[in-house]
Amino acid sequence: MMGTERISISQFLSLRSGGARINTADALTYLYLTFGTVLMFGPVLWLVASSFKTQAGLVKYPPPLLPYQQVQVEVEGFDKALPLFTVAMEDGSSRELAQIRRVGIEARMIDPEDPAAGETKVNIRQREPVEEVKLAWENYLDPLVELENFDFVTYLKNSVLVTTVATAITLVINSMAAFALSKYQFKGRDAIFVLFISTLMIPITVILVPVFLVITTIGWKNNLWGVIIPGAATPTGIFLLRQYMLTIPDELLDAARIDGASEWHIYWRIILPLARPALAVLAIFSVMWRWNDFLWPLIVLSQNDLFTLQVGLNAFQGELQIQWHYVLAMTVVTLLPITLVFAFLQRFITTGIATTGMK
Amino acid sequence: MRALGILDELARPLILLPVAVVDRILTPIQKHVGIDKMGYFFVLPNLLIFGIFVLFPMLLNFYYAMTGGTKLFPQDRPFVGLENFATLFDCDDFLSPNSCQEDLFWRGISNTIQFVVFQVSGIVLFSLVTALVLNRKIVARGFFRSVFFYPVLLSPVVVALIWKWVLQHEGVLNAIVEIFGGESKRWLLDTNWAMFWVVFVSVWALMGFYTLILLAGLQSIPPELYEASSIDGANHWQDFRFVTMPLLMPTMFVVLVLSLIRAVQMFDHIFVLTGGGPGTRTQLMVQYIYTTGFSNQIQLFGLSAAASMVLGISLLVLTLLQLRLGNQSSLA
Repeated sequence: MMGTERISISQFLSLRSGGARINTADALTYLYLTFGTVLMFGPVLWLVASSFKTQAGLVKYPPPLLPYQQVQVEVEGFDKALPLFTVAMEDGSSRELAQIRRVGIEARMIDPEDPAAGETKVNIRQREPVEEVKLAWENYLDPLVELENFDFVTYLKNSVLVTTVATAITLVINSMAAFALSKYQFKGRDAIFVLFISTLMIPITVILVPVFLVITTIGWKNNLWGVIIPGAATPTGIFLLRQYMLTIPDELLDAARIDGASEWHIYWRIILPLARPALAVLAIFSVMWRWNDFLWPLIVLSQNDLFTLQVGLNAFQGELQIQWHYVLAMTVVTLLPITLVFAFLQRFITTGIATTGMK
Repeated sequence: MRALGILDELARPLILLPVAVVDRILTPIQKHVGIDKMGYFFVLPNLLIFGIFVLFPMLLNFYYAMTGGTKLFPQDRPFVGLENFATLFDCDDFLSPNSCQEDLFWRGISNTIQFVVFQVSGIVLFSLVTALVLNRKIVARGFFRSVFFYPVLLSPVVVALIWKWVLQHEGVLNAIVEIFGGESKRWLLDTNWAMFWVVFVSVWALMGFYTLILLAGLQSIPPELYEASSIDGANHWQDFRFVTMPLLMPTMFVVLVLSLIRAVQMFDHIFVLTGGGPGTRTQLMVQYIYTTGFSNQIQLFGLSAAASMVLGISLLVLTLLQLRLGNQSSLA
């Protein structure tokens, strides 16, 4: 952009002010950036790392950085794999033994290399579990199959449905309205525009009760339409699209009219394709709003099988015994789509926000 | 290219069909009313949804605020005049929530004021410093900009869960604190620390957004001004004080307005992180509205609507005040 230029890494490495060393301002800058990066990314990375630990691994304190699990070995003559321990022997040596079972403070162990040698009885204080780094994928897989009180697949489906349908509706009705407000002269046009825009500062939190009444009257309580429709007529979208459409020359429309195009034809085949950049920005915003939406779905949806991911996740983490190993994994899954959208569309999002000043 | 051509062919009916179908219906109408009146047709769907789900509820909210009982439908609700407001404002001493009939409402207000003051100053301070840093000649600016912006995209529920995990008693923060010789704490159950963390987490989650706005403001300052000031012999501090700050003021103002209005409505992050606790230490106004109207066993819709009107009026006053001040500062 303007004002400052970027510099390459080699330029940076050879950058010296005053000739001798990097100056204090630069040092402070990079110190701030390093600290900031750790603070902003650290907790997210910690979440991801933790989500791969087993339930047993999660209660360890102080928490290890990586997901460790106890090594399990197959031993001849036993159906199930047995946990492996390092046992400190009487003579001071140590051996790796598999535990058959534990009774009180005594563990019955067997040498996995030599099962024929028979069992050894060991005091449990003499053994230490043998651990390896292993990802607990079951945290991610169990919720996909079946988990009591947490039907992840249904929540995901609901969230995807709400997000896509709501975004599609918002794009269509907002762009139609923006088209009318930017390209037609009709009575009351400016009043309608002001009316739309003035609600920018009125959040749904201010009108929860009456909107809930409207939803209930229509029969949309515990219905995904009740989540989708009320927020569809976004003032942000109207504003963004109208400003963009104002830059499309009227001559283009007139030319099409002379060629016999209908107004709807002009909207669908000329205006929409030309407004693509603005539509893309609004689409990204809308996906973010809807995917992350919480308070309104929380009010409309009280039936477990209709929960969106955010509402379901909140209910699941609010249980008396938090099953952190599942909560963490599902949190990672919830933040994944937004992270991917961000990774691919970063430029769109940042310039979109910088130019409209909205989110 | 070939593949794209095929895709185009497949997409053609999808584009043409709506044109054909809607055209069939609209062409007679268009012939009848003329081109300019077609504007009404295009604005209609948005206007309908807006009218039913925003405008009408806004008006209805006034009526709700003046009715009592626990029934949802207006015809079942007795008209009580200003009783709900009287209940909300029934207070011996407005500075001590315990003396009020609706002590939770006043505690919510007092918590909201505290929260807003600390959160908005935190956001303004940190987003300004970050924007200034990112505006310097640095390596990998795009990367660092993304780093600070990334949390903005995360959902409030996800943000709250990330920090709940970090802050829990057997969590990584306590482990780090102990390494440096400190004492581990139950951060979110401690009356003094809970508010700090609620503010901290919301600043963490939202500051990237304001950083981006400030960065855009900084980059729109013409470089010639800095050249001129360096010819005049200005040092870095004078550059900042007499060139950057005055020219950044309008943008700072936008940041202040937006962050304030959002802070007053804070709910999601806190609800998941602390649930308003410990006790009612982090319960803000919106949570009072939600609890009173929707999550309590007895749903007092009238009281909830009245409280939401108090919130709405505060927002309105803030907006008007800032418009006023904004005009003055741009005149100055």
